[in-house]
Amino acid sequence: MSLELYEGSLRVEDILSHWYQKYKDKNYGAFINFVGIVRDENGIDGLSFDIYEPILNEWFYLWQQKAQKEGAYLLMAHSKGDVLNHTSSYISAVLSPQRKVSLRLINEFVEDFKANAPIWKYDLIGGERVYAKDRSMAIKGSGLLYNKER
Amino acid sequence: MIKVEFLGPIKKEAVEVDMESLAALKEYFKDDEDLQDWLKICAVSVNDKIVCSLDVPLKDGDKVSLLPPVCGG
Repeated sequence: MSLELYEGSLRVEDILSHWYQKYKDKNYGAFINFVGIVRDENGIDGLSFDIYEPILNEWFYLWQQKAQKEGAYLLMAHSKGDVLNHTSSYISAVLSPQRKVSLRLINEFVEDFKANAPIWKYDLIGGERVYAKDRSMAIKGSGLLYNKER
Repeated sequence: MIKVEFLGPIKKEAVEVDMESLAALKEYFKDDEDLQDWLKICAVSVNDKIVCSLDVPLKDGDKVSLLPPVCGG
């Protein structure tokens, strides 16, 4: 499976080191990773996250199947709850025999993650969680239960 | 009865209602003023599968979830 969820900021060095040690002798020639770091901007103290795990697990499982058809393997770690500025909430990585598959898949995977993974982001401002609505993306099929003729 | 839950930033407690389809649930929600802005932008899942059609029958024990716009990472 290799989808890992943690409370609070990710221990990036530990996670990447663990993944490297675990997979370095599996004959993958490429290990490409992306680490997201919370930026200090717009007066926020950090970010906070809610995750709906049943659908996230299914979404990741389908991506893992897609990757494995290309001989690749996906790894992902994400935070739940509060993540302060200049720490990390997200790591994704792709292992593959050659680099080109990993480089392409990491981009496709992260793009789809942003559009469809059931994770909600909040800005932490003065101890409050403010939903980052303007930076969020509606999932395909949104508006299904809205009645325009009401 | 089916259970309807409101995920992420929607500050609303789950409800249990007696509905036979998503179309009926859509009709049921049309009078809920507080929910209208969310309904416009929410995706819908039935038993944790995203659905894009109202032609989904519901049965006793099903779970419907409303998913607001997402932003992981």
